[in-house]
Amino acid sequence: MNLTLQIWRQENAKAEGKIVEYPIQDISPDMSFLEMLDVLNRQLITMGDTPVAFDHDCREGICGSCSLYINGEAHGPDRLVTTCQLHMRKFKDGDTIFIEPFRANAFPVIKDLIVDRSAFDRVQHAGGFISVNTSGNTQDGNSIPISKHDADEAMDAATCIGCGACVATCKNSSAMLFVGAKVSQYALLPQGQIEATDRVQNMVAQMDLEGFGNCTNTGACEVECPKGISLENIARMNRELIKASLKS
Amino acid sequence: MALDSKIPEGPLADKWTNHKNSINLVNPANKRHIDVIIVGTGLAGGSAAATLAELGYNVKAFCFQDSPRRAHSIAAQGGINAAKNYQGDGDSTYRLFYDTVKGGDYRSREANVHRLAEVSTNIIDQCVAQGVPFARDYGGLLDNRSFGGVLVSRTFYAKGQTGQQLLLGAYSAMNRQIGRGKIKMYNRHEMLDVVVVDGKARGIITRNLVTGEIERHSGHAVVLGTGGYGNVFYLSTNAMGSNVTAAWKAHKRGAYFANPCYTQIHPTCIPVSGDHQSKLTLMSESLRNDGRIWVPKNIEDAKAIQNRDLKPTDLAEDQRDYFLERRYPAFGNLVPRDVASRAAKERCDEGFGVNKTGEAVFLDFASAIVRYGKEQAHIKGLDEEDAELIQTLGKQVVKSKYGNLFQMYEKIVDENPYETPMMIYPAVHYTMGGIWVDYNLQTTIPGLYAIGEANFSEHGANRLGASALMQGLADGYFVLPYTIGNYLSDDIRTGPIPTDTKEFEEAEARVTSEINHFINNKGTKPVDYFHKRLGKIMWEKCGMARNEKELKEAIEDISALRDEFYKDVLVPGSADEFNEELAKAGRVADFLELGELFAKDALVREESAGGHFREEYQTPEGEAQRRKEFQFVSAWEYKGAPKDAELHKEALVYENIEVKERSYK
Amino acid sequence: MSGLLKSSIGKKIAMALSAFFLMFFLLQHFAINILSIINPDTFNEVSHFMGTNPLVQFVLQPVLIFGVVFHFVMGFVLEYKNYRSRSVSYAKNNGNANSSWMSRNMIYSGFAILAFVALHFIDFWFPELNTKYIVGDMSGLHNGEFRYYHELVEKFHNPIRVGAYVIAFIFLALHLLHGFNSAFQSVGANNKYTKSLKSFGTAYATLIPLGFIVIALFHYFNHTH
Repeated sequence: MNLTLQIWRQENAKAEGKIVEYPIQDISPDMSFLEMLDVLNRQLITMGDTPVAFDHDCREGICGSCSLYINGEAHGPDRLVTTCQLHMRKFKDGDTIFIEPFRANAFPVIKDLIVDRSAFDRVQHAGGFISVNTSGNTQDGNSIPISKHDADEAMDAATCIGCGACVATCKNSSAMLFVGAKVSQYALLPQGQIEATDRVQNMVAQMDLEGFGNCTNTGACEVECPKGISLENIARMNRELIKASLKS
Repeated sequence: MALDSKIPEGPLADKWTNHKNSINLVNPANKRHIDVIIVGTGLAGGSAAATLAELGYNVKAFCFQDSPRRAHSIAAQGGINAAKNYQGDGDSTYRLFYDTVKGGDYRSREANVHRLAEVSTNIIDQCVAQGVPFARDYGGLLDNRSFGGVLVSRTFYAKGQTGQQLLLGAYSAMNRQIGRGKIKMYNRHEMLDVVVVDGKARGIITRNLVTGEIERHSGHAVVLGTGGYGNVFYLSTNAMGSNVTAAWKAHKRGAYFANPCYTQIHPTCIPVSGDHQSKLTLMSESLRNDGRIWVPKNIEDAKAIQNRDLKPTDLAEDQRDYFLERRYPAFGNLVPRDVASRAAKERCDEGFGVNKTGEAVFLDFASAIVRYGKEQAHIKGLDEEDAELIQTLGKQVVKSKYGNLFQMYEKIVDENPYETPMMIYPAVHYTMGGIWVDYNLQTTIPGLYAIGEANFSEHGANRLGASALMQGLADGYFVLPYTIGNYLSDDIRTGPIPTDTKEFEEAEARVTSEINHFINNKGTKPVDYFHKRLGKIMWEKCGMARNEKELKEAIEDISALRDEFYKDVLVPGSADEFNEELAKAGRVADFLELGELFAKDALVREESAGGHFREEYQTPEGEAQRRKEFQFVSAWEYKGAPKDAELHKEALVYENIEVKERSYK
Repeated sequence: MSGLLKSSIGKKIAMALSAFFLMFFLLQHFAINILSIINPDTFNEVSHFMGTNPLVQFVLQPVLIFGVVFHFVMGFVLEYKNYRSRSVSYAKNNGNANSSWMSRNMIYSGFAILAFVALHFIDFWFPELNTKYIVGDMSGLHNGEFRYYHELVEKFHNPIRVGAYVIAFIFLALHLLHGFNSAFQSVGANNKYTKSLKSFGTAYATLIPLGFIVIALFHYFNHTH
């Protein structure tokens, strides 16, 4: 199939960017979206042009590196997939495809389609952990029974891959699904209770400091999340914060 | 230099405890004057960074990804082994030790494997305490599943994302230390050389992948947790960025490289769909619990299926060849990975492959669906003869067990695996070989350590499923933090290591000159062109079956390709910006050297063992034939061109285990 | 507690609490208005009570005013801040693929409601204040009868006003279709009852504005034609 690509090009963080049009031919529907970009880049390199920079690594939908806002949606039109798992058969011959970086002031562009998502790391530094030192003397794993229901729910929250699609897709650039998922994982487990009060307060404070917007419950994040993280996690975080504020 | 594995004296079961009790410790007040550099933040590097920081050392951690959480450990699906014996099925430290040595085809060190089995239980406890949401049963206790090549259920798991959850656990432990200021994290930094001062590893040279800046970092010790080198095959289940550069640069500075030819080819991956393919996707080994592997019995049927003239579901049961069940009745579809992969290749080589390129076999869930369907109908008191109902109920069960994998398959292949059998083919997955380390995980360069997949590890010639996660975390959480202290106890009075010395200058100059070469080369072919060709040589001549003639050819081919690469590679852009092609060029340059050593190692090892199969050395039934005289670790010393490397042998002694024929029949 | 009020989530919860209050007020307002169709006398009595009871007038009414003002001001502040968190907007954005129009345009439905509230104040509230507290007539009588029903009917003679009311209530419905459940989500209520609550929210968000529209149209058609 033949396509027209409209790709955001920006030399570096400080440069002005713009959308540039690239026609591309003979794309196989079996290619993944990133493999299609590989083809484009090979063409650009051999023509003496600069290839389009984009983040990618595992190419199996788990590392969370790949991003891309494709035709107005984070990770493109397919559901429950990351861009690396999106296949060209989802498009038609002759389509025009807009490819833009994940946009939010908290995610500044580094180059072309690559953005800096270290704000997510900093939110985690503020409290995304349980304070337990490594030793051979931690209590036996089975000495803390956890109901299967809670363990499964914690696992669902923990499957977040930190890609930032929630922020990119949110009209407010809010990071609450990401933060809510982490807060929820620990809130659902007995091990997480000891630090629950500080954790949610510190993580939310850091989230606000990073310049993410506020949540207005549009639910777009949940729809676009490649891992299907539920909005329930945001509600749980809100509850946790109320609880923590009443305590402290 | 003679190899000293520094295995402690005493009975096997006491070696580790005695060793820990006798090594030197560093006083807490002194630890804060000691800097440790850790390269790589996967399970091994991440857990080591967190633990060393907890102990009080100043840790500088480096990863090429944009966050430590993205290291490729995250992609491990199935689980992590531990000898907890929670299921009461007779598991023990000894059994885990035994299974690992046997699974590795008797090519690993007894003492190391036993230590691994000993600390395996601590890993589970540690991870639970960190909040890793392992699967639980209805009583709230930890659940287990079973993996290939063993007879007990000792695999702990978190859905199909165990690697992700364990990595996020280590990442959370790191985050705590980053927040405290004990770890200084350098994201998007690639290590390009090790700096050796007075014979000791004292620092590294890195390139900031965003700005292109070349940086010097010093420390009292350097730890490499940089993963495996499966990407030397171009197509593998590794991440696009996974590379051998850090390990290879260490090798060039004096670290011996051990057993490079031991590569694990995983049997259940999604087959290559075309020339555009950039990587391969693994389907968890757990699928072999219920899926049956087959190809058509008759070559005509195979041809018809390849040409899409015949649907697999239309082929009668007696026209199918369930070749694993036929050849290995005892373990059937659950034979270890090396065995399953070779058997699939053998069928495809004979022309029985089932996709358009003839490089795929079927993984069929039809009989599992019927079996589960009947079971459910029985439980619910419904009509067990109603075929449609049985299908519906059976598919529900299969969906609940493997739903996410089936969905992934459908997304990639665009076929519904509930209706038609999956197509799978072996793919490069893990490398058992790596930097040679002694019992303390120290390489042949004092002060340079290698952990996780980066070292030559405890897996011998073949790794069992769910053991990579175990080894990575064992090294990082429970082994290295002790053994490195013994080395660092000599450094309490050293003070900060300066970076303005001639050793750092020389290392930086080497790095800069290579980068400048790539940028100024102005050749005609992009990096991938060479990487693909290297991959093709590796797969065809150093792949699942190897022989002397082809290995010799491979050495020459790779060497010639390397020359061509340096002459004709085209790297666009400049050195002082984000430039992925430049980063790739450096990685492929190192793969082009490693590949040659790989072939040489395979050539020298005149036996078949685990992932290394030499066609000249097989039993009449086509099984791997080990040879007693090759019961050693090949440790290679760099001497200029990779093919000129010098072989050092570390003999493997088995005192606690009887070396037997490895049979799964 | 002070941390909560400063945080983004605290502001969101404050929005939700004021929304709950306003939604309750709306229900109460509707309950009284619907009386104008069922029984004008009861409507008059209740209106007089609400208009003259000191508790309602000097406690509940200021709280209501505060609630309205707070909800609007906070809504604008948050919208502005949210808008500012993405300086470069997308060249192509397909919001319909993942969220409802209502959820993305609360600010516009909010503006429409604000405009309506202004009209409503001019129509009813300011004249009331004038009559009661400036003229000083607390009797509620006009020509010896309660004036409330009469005034109401009078207002709905004008088709333009009726049209404006109908449009405003459509915007109110749109606002509530997202707002009702959004408020519950904000205070952390997302559980097994959420599905039922969503249906209830949809019913509330459509029926109450529809009821107001019916009242306006009823009086318009009943008395002019």
